[in-house]
Amino acid sequence: MVRLIVNRLLLSIVLVVISSIAIFFLMSLVPGDPARSILGAAATPDSIERLRQQLGLDQPLLAQYGSWLLGALRGDLGESVFTGDQVVTLILARVPVTASLILLSTLVIAALGTALGLLSAVRGGVLGKVLDVVSLVGLALPSYWVAILLVALVAVALRIFPATGYFAFADDPGRWLLGLILPVAALSLGGVTIVAKQMRDSAMDVLARDYIRVLRATGVRESSIVLKHVLRNSALPSLTVVGLTVVGSLTGAVFVENVFVLPGLGTLVTQATTSHDLPVVLGVGVFFTLFVIVVNLAIDLLYGVLNPKVRVS
Amino acid sequence: MSAKSPRAMSTGLFRRVLRKPLGVVSGVVLILIVGGSLAARWIAPYDPLAQDFSIVKQGPSAAHLLGTDSLGRDILSRLLFGGQESLGGVLVAVVTMLIIAIPLGILAGYVGGLADRIILRVVDVLLSIPGTIITLAVLAIFNNSMFVAMVSVGVLASGAFIRVFRSAALSVRQELYIGAARVAGLGRLRIMAAHVLPQIRGVLLVQVTLFSAATLGIQTGLAFLAFGPPPPAPTWGGMVAEAASLIQSSPWLLVPSGGIIAVTTLALCLLGDALRDANQERFTLAGLERGARPVRAGAGAVLVPDAATVPDADREEALAPNPDALLSVRGLTVGFGAPGRETTAIQRVDFDIRPGEVVGLVGESGSGKTVTALALLGLLAGNGRITGGSIRLAGEELVGMSNAELRTVRGARIAMISQEPMVSLDPSFRVGYQIGEAIRAHERVGRAETQRRTRELLASVRLDPAVADRYPHEISGGMAQRIAIAMALAGRPELLIADEPTTALDVTVQADILDLLRTLQEETGMAIILVSHDWGVVADLCSRAIVMYAGEVVERAAVSEIFAAPRHPYTAALLRSNPHGARPGEPLPTIGGAVPPPHEWPVGCHFAARCPLATEACRQAPIDMAHLPGHRSSRCIRIDALAAELSEVAS
Ligand code: SF4
Repeated sequence: MVRLIVNRLLLSIVLVVISSIAIFFLMSLVPGDPARSILGAAATPDSIERLRQQLGLDQPLLAQYGSWLLGALRGDLGESVFTGDQVVTLILARVPVTASLILLSTLVIAALGTALGLLSAVRGGVLGKVLDVVSLVGLALPSYWVAILLVALVAVALRIFPATGYFAFADDPGRWLLGLILPVAALSLGGVTIVAKQMRDSAMDVLARDYIRVLRATGVRESSIVLKHVLRNSALPSLTVVGLTVVGSLTGAVFVENVFVLPGLGTLVTQATTSHDLPVVLGVGVFFTLFVIVVNLAIDLLYGVLNPKVRVS
Repeated sequence: MSAKSPRAMSTGLFRRVLRKPLGVVSGVVLILIVGGSLAARWIAPYDPLAQDFSIVKQGPSAAHLLGTDSLGRDILSRLLFGGQESLGGVLVAVVTMLIIAIPLGILAGYVGGLADRIILRVVDVLLSIPGTIITLAVLAIFNNSMFVAMVSVGVLASGAFIRVFRSAALSVRQELYIGAARVAGLGRLRIMAAHVLPQIRGVLLVQVTLFSAATLGIQTGLAFLAFGPPPPAPTWGGMVAEAASLIQSSPWLLVPSGGIIAVTTLALCLLGDALRDANQERFTLAGLERGARPVRAGAGAVLVPDAATVPDADREEALAPNPDALLSVRGLTVGFGAPGRETTAIQRVDFDIRPGEVVGLVGESGSGKTVTALALLGLLAGNGRITGGSIRLAGEELVGMSNAELRTVRGARIAMISQEPMVSLDPSFRVGYQIGEAIRAHERVGRAETQRRTRELLASVRLDPAVADRYPHEISGGMAQRIAIAMALAGRPELLIADEPTTALDVTVQADILDLLRTLQEETGMAIILVSHDWGVVADLCSRAIVMYAGEVVERAAVSEIFAAPRHPYTAALLRSNPHGARPGEPLPTIGGAVPPPHEWPVGCHFAARCPLATEACRQAPIDMAHLPGHRSSRCIRIDALAAELSEVAS
């Protein structure tokens, strides 16, 4: 178990380094001068030269990367080309929004997905069919489109929830939650159906196992067979899927934040991309990578807790 | 695609897809969408950029089938032209992904070794990179070039697909003909190109459609965020964005723009599903669904013709349930499959078990022993049902009981241990916990009492109480079977069904388990039904035997009598082929042929095809149970011929 975690962490460090190298490598591939393409056609030779210095583009690539990495290790991700703000400051200001969004949607995905999957495995029939259709539709409809529809129907037409905007949890927990209901719903739809399908498949697989028949033959209550034995044994494969959907919800968050105008990392990175603000994009990239690492680590740990074979060895 | 690979297998795959309505519809829809986009220049009714301020934001009409947008542009035309951008982007990503994933996947799976390890490491890294950010960074660097963005989507996705193709190539590598090709001296590259690639074509098509669906979401999403070609160029994602900004004044705009994305994605997903199903069918036997034969005469009817010539005293198992028996089974019939079209698995099974009696249920695999055992507890798998007959436990009818009622029987009155002890314990729970569960299933007892009883049960199956803390993967097969017995004993049952309790165990352990069962039977006085195909085990433990063949009971008798003089040709053949019954020095005879599956049961005697004594009369009509003196019965019309033959051999 400890070895597993150490391995994971080592892999993670490699990962951060590789993804940052990848971006640097891409920058060097850009045909022409990145500074020129960042500043656009209206740039003067002077301003281009200044940007080149600011980005360190006058240095060799390796030196550029080295100084960025050294800075990153000290918690300095550089400055925004656009506003001159510290990238770390910009990012930290927006982390709570994205974190709230992803945390809540993960909870929804795990709880609702598990419950629906288990229920349709046990009850089968109509619920299973409904789940099939909903999951297909959930897959087919782009999350940003669902988000727009939710804004249109619930917020604008029915005026139940605030359509857009974000309130800090510390300021007003009630409005924080209310404001996040629609974004979380839009973000969770796909994940819930994916987890539910996985859960149903593995629960049906477990239900056909010999030990379930033995438990039944022993007279153990069906409710405790399902809630203890089926749940516990089908949780493992579902956990992996939950992990994947959480990582995937980073992408979803970028879209959903844009639709609901939430001041999170997704909107930050979209704006930065539009304005060619590379240090910010790179910084958010580092944060997202860290997030993926943390999620994977959490999944591994949970896996160990749930699976006695891993726990022992 | 089929034109490129004119092989039987490929056309087979496509023919199978064509048999799936959803697959066909999806394919047609996709062809229409792709074709429409390609032909946009010729078929679009209007110029996608032509503005007409007199007709802004109109709903569908004859002139503008899907209405107009805020600048009065025709939406259908914009969708058709926009498809070029969106679908083109998908194509770029798919091609990039394939160029990377196919060679690397095949290399890793087929060549293996160091190449495999390195590739898998790279894949691990690729899989954990947050793809969106890289794609956005690419967009920032490459000046909003959707082309480069889609290339990077393809690169980032290749990791997952390398894994898919690797495992496909890996399974192909293990196939025989690849070995043959290698022996024939074909080079690796040629083998890969000629054999591996066609084999993974099915997987490839499935993955490409599903990946296209996902990529379309990304492509349109990026366009929605205003990346890619700037307005007024039509893109599907851009049209959704436009619609979003006008959501209050003209909600209709959201329908065609989101709809085309949804329909395309849906069609891709469904086509992928159909392809996957068709691909899987290729590898499963086509004949599996063939010949589900309707049940013959109702269960009640088959009981009636039981020979009227038999003396009354010997008909005790014939018609009415036996009031003295612990368990009395009459006319038990089980069918599998949809109601009305069941395949009969066992039919008109009759037998009695007296309190404390140990009875062997004997037969080859496929004879219906296990189905009979499971039916007694109402635990038939999947779509199996008791379609007729009666099971009485101390006079109480079990057939027709609800699950809740059966729960008071299961474990408490009839318990069961099964063939595979290692898989009959839940791997996620300590074995002590599982025994405790079995105890608490029938009695409300506290924690301390549960633990005390658990220790007691472990001691009764000769296990150290410390074993309770172990997980199933930490104990041996013999220990697991003892745990299973302890669980079965927890409810103090009157009848234990032991389904081949020693088959899966080491020979040395087998005797221990049989000893344990014998001792426990003597201590508790419970009755045991021992399901087995091994005469040695039956002779060791049982006083009576019930022989089954192809879903029917063919002989019932005391074990000593059966060994001395079998009264059914099947029993005789089974005894002869059993190593325990063999005469030293003689080669072990086997019964030619195999037990026919239910849908091949003949009208007459089920054993006729393999019976040395079979005559025309045997094949005419169902054979009834003949009741013989000494509580014996046999489902054969030539008992005398058999007896004569046996005495001839003996003398
Ligand atoms: S009835 Fe005929 S075929 Fe069947 S076992 Fe007896 S002799 Fe053989």
